[in-house]
Amino acid sequence: MEQTNSSFKQEKTQTKDWAYTLHHATRATHEDWLGRSISYTCIGIIILVVASMLWFITSKGIATFTQNHVNVWQFLSGTNWAPDQGKIGALPMIVGSFAVTFAAALVATPFAIGTAIFMTEIAPKRGRKFLQPVIELLVGIPSVVYGFIGLAVVVPFMRHLVGGSGFGIISATFVLFVMVLPTITTMTVDSLRAVPRFYKEASLALGATRWQTVSRVILRAATPGILTAIIFGMARAFGEALAVQMVIGNAAIMPKNLVSPAATLTSQLTTGIGDTIDGTLPNNALWSLALILLLMSLFFNALVRVIAKRGQLSHER
Amino acid sequence: MLKNYSFEKTAVQTFDEHTTLAMKTENMQVFYGSNHAMHDASLAFPKNQITALIGASGSGKSTYLRSLNRMNDTIATVTGKIWYHGVDINQPNVNIYEIRRHIGMVFQRPNPFAKSIRENIIYALRATGVKNKKVLDERVEQSLQGAALWDEVKDSLDKSALALSGGQQQRLCIARSLAMSPDVLLLDEPCSALDPISTVKVEETLLELQKKYTIIIVTHNMQQAARISSQCAFFHLGHVMEYSPTTTMFSTPQIQVTQDYVSGSFG
Repeated sequence: MEQTNSSFKQEKTQTKDWAYTLHHATRATHEDWLGRSISYTCIGIIILVVASMLWFITSKGIATFTQNHVNVWQFLSGTNWAPDQGKIGALPMIVGSFAVTFAAALVATPFAIGTAIFMTEIAPKRGRKFLQPVIELLVGIPSVVYGFIGLAVVVPFMRHLVGGSGFGIISATFVLFVMVLPTITTMTVDSLRAVPRFYKEASLALGATRWQTVSRVILRAATPGILTAIIFGMARAFGEALAVQMVIGNAAIMPKNLVSPAATLTSQLTTGIGDTIDGTLPNNALWSLALILLLMSLFFNALVRVIAKRGQLSHER
Repeated sequence: MLKNYSFEKTAVQTFDEHTTLAMKTENMQVFYGSNHAMHDASLAFPKNQITALIGASGSGKSTYLRSLNRMNDTIATVTGKIWYHGVDINQPNVNIYEIRRHIGMVFQRPNPFAKSIRENIIYALRATGVKNKKVLDERVEQSLQGAALWDEVKDSLDKSALALSGGQQQRLCIARSLAMSPDVLLLDEPCSALDPISTVKVEETLLELQKKYTIIIVTHNMQQAARISSQCAFFHLGHVMEYSPTTTMFSTPQIQVTQDYVSGSFG
């Protein structure tokens, strides 16, 4: 019985044109090819756009040094910004940018970590239901609205509190604090949720309290993620132009204190961009500021990658 | 096809006053929301013995075990009494952190912290405020020796615990619990993620540990229960069906469902 069965099968296979079947491209094969082409085309265009932007900003940005023969060191360390008179010291803006960025991150981080712990460990249900939408909403508010609130509320408040005009690094810090808070919080929440549950269980089963578990196990395991969150927040603060420009006072001078008008790289760019002529030194100088911004964001990105890699190592099992 | 067994007829042993008990439960019920996961579990655990909880998946044995040191607090409602040193520890005013220091737990999957071997062991001691380095070092050695791991790791205490093999990690988790000098040790299928040789080592460790500790172990593996336990409780669909000395359970089970389970008709 079995033998007849197998010989029957063999007969049937011989009638099939195997050479045709195995060489013939089916519809699925065509779809596969088409899908792959579309995806390669898209990625190709994007790579081209990014590469041209990098090239464009770099070539424009170094024109200050190659065509106008400004010394790079003088550009980075000079404190006098008067492009009309040929003086382009960018240090006041560099200092301004770093000051608002670090100050905002410094103020926002404790609040962000506190909120994230509340949302993941203390009240996970309420956190997911109420706080998550609120924080996502904060991310979505346009920066001009933040700037407007800063101008209408923070600047007068600072004027009353410390005197002067109210414009300055501290007002910018306040506005940026609110703007980077949701970024740092959501990413910290993600990294806390990603901490394996068994770490928490192990700690609780040993009699550690909830707070000990959070501070010694969960936060520690989430540290790479939290650092990444802070850096993303800093990148956002560093690159924010509009809201900062509205409250910082836009004076391209070395900031003497936190409440005197100052400028950042971005605010100087937006302020000056309309007043310069293409190809002249004042215009090229602005491109150099843009180049610094670009290099800084590349640096932030690289930092995130390094941290992610080191974080992976410590989680390997 | 699983037969419908009656939950009316059960055979649960009790102990007379001459047996020293480490802990016992009275009418313990566990609910996950509206799901009644554990019905009326009344079991007593003799001191310095190994008690095995056996049963198929979903029979409620892990649920029962996790309720004993209040690890189910956040996810389930547990009613009934859990007696430990004359205190009902299933009361809201009981300090759960203190309970867990006396009733240690080891989980199914080895779960050492991503720290060094030494750090893993002194983690809980540090949390209770022990700072003296000499005391900590002593406890590290004692605990690792208790878990039969000392000879294998004594030269690499500062290496990451994650570099150990699965079996070594599980014994490290046992050592970590021992560091708190508990008197009851709860183990939730501690060998199910381990190979046979590591399993033998863990079992040998447990047999040694029962001289000083009371051990309650959930296991899927009936041979394991037979090898190491003195008492054995059989769980079925959220009910404790039979609780008897291990030799009795495996030679002359008293009710049909136990008979069917230990002979391998289901599970």
